[in-house]
Order: sequence, then structure tokens, then C-alpha cells
Amino acid sequence: MKSENPIEAREQELIETFEMFGDWMEKYEHLIELGKTLSPMHPDDLVDSNLIRGCQSRVWIASHPGPDGTLTFTADSDAIITKGLVALMIDLLSGAPAQDIATAQLDCLQTIGLHDHLSPTRSNGLTGMVQQMKLAALKNIS
Amino acid sequence: MPDDHTAEMIDLHAIRQQFPILSREVNGQPLVYLDSAASSQKPAAVIEGQREYLSLHHANIHRSAHHLAARATTEFEGARKKVARHLGAAEAREIIFTSGTTDAINLVAQSWGGMHLDAGDVVLVPRDAHHAALVPWQMIAESRGAMVKPIEIELVGDRAGQIDRSAFSAQLKTLRPKLVVLGHVSNALGTIHPVAELCQEARQAGAATLVDGAQALPHLPIDVQAIGCDFYTVSAHKAYGPTGLGALYGRAEVLEAMPPWRGGGEMIDRVSFEGTTYGELPYKFEAGTPHISGVIAFGLALDWLEQIGLEAARAHEEALTEKATEALLKIEGLRILGPPTGIQKAPVISFVIEPQNGPALHPADLATLLDKQGVAVRTGHHCTEPLMTALGLADTGGTVRISFAVYNSFEEVDRALEALNRAVSMLA
Repeated sequence: MKSENPIEAREQELIETFEMFGDWMEKYEHLIELGKTLSPMHPDDLVDSNLIRGCQSRVWIASHPGPDGTLTFTADSDAIITKGLVALMIDLLSGAPAQDIATAQLDCLQTIGLHDHLSPTRSNGLTGMVQQMKLAALKNIS
Repeated sequence: MPDDHTAEMIDLHAIRQQFPILSREVNGQPLVYLDSAASSQKPAAVIEGQREYLSLHHANIHRSAHHLAARATTEFEGARKKVARHLGAAEAREIIFTSGTTDAINLVAQSWGGMHLDAGDVVLVPRDAHHAALVPWQMIAESRGAMVKPIEIELVGDRAGQIDRSAFSAQLKTLRPKLVVLGHVSNALGTIHPVAELCQEARQAGAATLVDGAQALPHLPIDVQAIGCDFYTVSAHKAYGPTGLGALYGRAEVLEAMPPWRGGGEMIDRVSFEGTTYGELPYKFEAGTPHISGVIAFGLALDWLEQIGLEAARAHEEALTEKATEALLKIEGLRILGPPTGIQKAPVISFVIEPQNGPALHPADLATLLDKQGVAVRTGHHCTEPLMTALGLADTGGTVRISFAVYNSFEEVDRALEALNRAVSMLA
């Protein structure tokens, strides 16, 4: 059943969170807070193979497969807003079954306006993040 | 808005009214455009002039024997004369229209470099050069077995942003470069380089000289004969003109000795399968139908700039830079790269913010929050990665760069600083 998909439930939560914000500065304040609370990445994962191109700032994403077919992610960035964006993606996808991650539509990103309201370079960065996470998921579907 | 910095020689209100884009909003806020070093906005005289040409007078130039063709040719060649006069060239045929500075430098690299560079030859390029003044030389050097070496820039102190003159003199003696590439004005730091002195020194050492003038054109008077360079390159879009258009100045005798780079129509004398001969200057280097409306608009942009007056524009831009610098330096941890306060430079301020009690603020974060408040700035390497590497900023997102044009106001400086302070308080 659709409602059992954990990612879709998280997307709904995200939309509700962003609906509470009055203006764009509040949304960015929230992103900055998310960035500040992101769990640190293991130093061994801060390598070029985890680095995403196409973003003005540097962002690393590492994937860690679980025994039950789920996938968790850790990430870091040198820019705090980017770090907030990747934290938001981790909240959406981390710990979900690889199968669900690979097929997630992520319409919520449109709904909360991240694609419309982030600059193209940063938006490309977000696109790159989603791609890297989905690619990792595809590799973990047997 | 009244100005307490200088006795203004310009009517700023009248100037701003000529730039339709300046009255638009971005992200629900009135636009504050502080990215003119990347590309300037265009006055109505340029926009309407180009529209009028395309609407009423367009035909292909140099060929057809009809009224419109003759008129278009006259306007096109008139623009060439304007560019020649503006740059101080001896003759109009020393001006080759290109798609921009990048294209102009590639032309010289492929044509002149292909003829003159041999294995082991050295091309000197300043560390603060725009990638457009560096990469074309790396490409031709690679295919010819030549080498490209940096002219070092002083990074700190009173001479920060300037060429290390003693190292440069030593390089000329020891490396005997075939060509010295120079930038008239640094796009990343705003440094105005003493190109006449540098060219003289390079010439005495037997080197040819090319000056990238892309950032000088909107701000400084240019006299290629006084500078004494072999080549000088400009882009129209940095100086109130259209994109996709620029010019190469080359000394006639140097250009005459160079082979054509691109082949096609316009550039030929006689064509046969047995052998083709090439046209005279400047047509030898202008294969194909050129960007006619762009060339005409470029001429109009130079007319417009001359009408405002370079000296008056410069005084206003310096006052803006001074006011902004003063306000910026009040921000805790803010450090301006390049020439220190008091040294004459172009209206470019490149900075980083490194608070004492916390990590440096990422330029991309600052730019995002400025953009949300309607303020457009440039961040990153500014196409000068070797310089950013030397400054230790290559891996930390480069700098935030604000740059002014004659149409910016003191009120915009206030608004930008207000927005920056808000961004800093959100990020720190």
C-alpha cells in the first residue's frame, strides 16, 4: 500500500513543516538550523569519491547498506545552507529500503519550492545530491 | 539621492532611468545589481539602437549591392572606427571583431602562437589572469611543446594584488619569454596593473605582449599605442554593450604577418580548388557573417560611455567603492583581498568573512542570502583559480565579489550592506 511507504510519510511531514514558515528568510533559517544539527561524517568518508560536483560549495554523501535492505546516509558540506539541504535529504531518505529510495518521486521538493527558490547552481547541487543517493540505492538492490 | 562623497559630475537619476532592468524586482525586493564586473546592464540607447537596426535596417554587409546592405556596411564599419578611436588604435583595420575577449585571445593563441611558439618556448601569464587569458595559451603550448609560466602577484601588504616586479624582471632575463600576457585590470581583485611600464619592460626583453582589457574597458581610458602592446582584447558586454561580441586590437604589422585562423566567407581574396588566397586586414580574421547588430550596438555603447564621460563615471564608481569599503570593514572578521584601502583600483571589492569566534562564512551561503534580499553579487573563484589557490581560498569557496558600474547608487550600497549584515547574523 502507498501509505506504508516511509518516504512518502516523511515527505508529507516536510511539506507541513515548510507550510509553517512565513517568508523565505524563515525557510533559510530553518535550513541553517538543520545544517547545524547534521551528525558529523566519519572522516574516512570525506573522500573525493563521495564528493558531488555541480555545486558551488563542496558536499559529500556516503551510503551505508543495512542487513535488512535499507540504506542510511551520512553527509557533510563546507557551506551551511548546502549542509541544511543535504540534512533535509537525509531526513527524507536515510534508513528507508533501498528500493523505495531508488523509486522515490520526491515531489515534495517542488511543493516546498526548493527547486524554484534556490539558485541554479545550488539547485544543480540538490539535483546532484538526489542523483547520488538514488544511484547508491540502485547499487544496493539485488 | 544626494551624495556627500564627491561633487558629482553625473546625473545619476537620469542615468538610472536609462537602464530599464534597474527598476525590476528580484525575490520580491528591488534589485541591487552589484555584479557588473561579470556583465554590465545595458542602457536604452544600446537596446533600442540594436532593435532599430534589426527592425528597420538589417542586411548582410560587404556584399550585396543594394541600399540596406550599403547602409548596414557603413554602420558596421563606423562601429569599427569607433572602437579603434576608443582604444587609441592607429588604424581601424587593426580592430578585429570577435565573439568576445575569450575568442580574441584564442585567435591570437592559435594564429600567432601556432606560428611563433616552438618547443621549449615560454609564455608568461600573470597569476591573477582570468582563465580566458591562461587556458588558450596552455592549449597551444601543449600542442607546440611550449611552456606557460606564472608571473607572480604579491598577496599581502601595500602592494597586494600587484605584480612582483623584481620577480618579473628576473623572469624576463632568465626565461626569455616569447610572449608576455598581462591583464589591465584584475577581475577578481580590481587591481589596475601598470601595463604601459610592464609592456615596455617585456618588449625590451624581446617578448611580444598581449593585454586582456576586458575589465578596463568600462572604467579606464585606453590607449593601445601608449601602452605599447602588440595585442589588446575587450568584450562589449562588460561595457554596457551586448554579449557575444568583442574586439581584438593588433598592431597592423603583427596582424599582417599572422595566418588566418578560421576559414570561410568574408575572409578570402580568391578561392579555387587549386589554392585560395586570403583577404586584407581586418577581414582576414573575420570569417563568416559577423554579429552585425552586436557590432552596431557595441558602437552605441561606446558612444554612450563617452557621453557620460569616463572621468565622471570613474569618480562616481570610486566614491561608491570608498563608501562600500568603509562600511564593509566594520563587519567583524571581514577581510578585503587585493589592493589595500587608498590604492587606486577598479570598482571591485573581493572579500571573505572570517569571524574570530567561529568558522569562516561560506561565500555561497552569503550570496544565497543576499540574493533572497534582492542583492546580486558574484561568488567563487571568479575564473581565477590559480590566484585563489595562492590566496588559500581555492577550497573554501573563493570570495564574495561586489562590483559597481556608473549606474549604481549610494542608496544601493546602504541596502547591500544592510542585507549583508542580516546574512552574517543568520550564518554566524
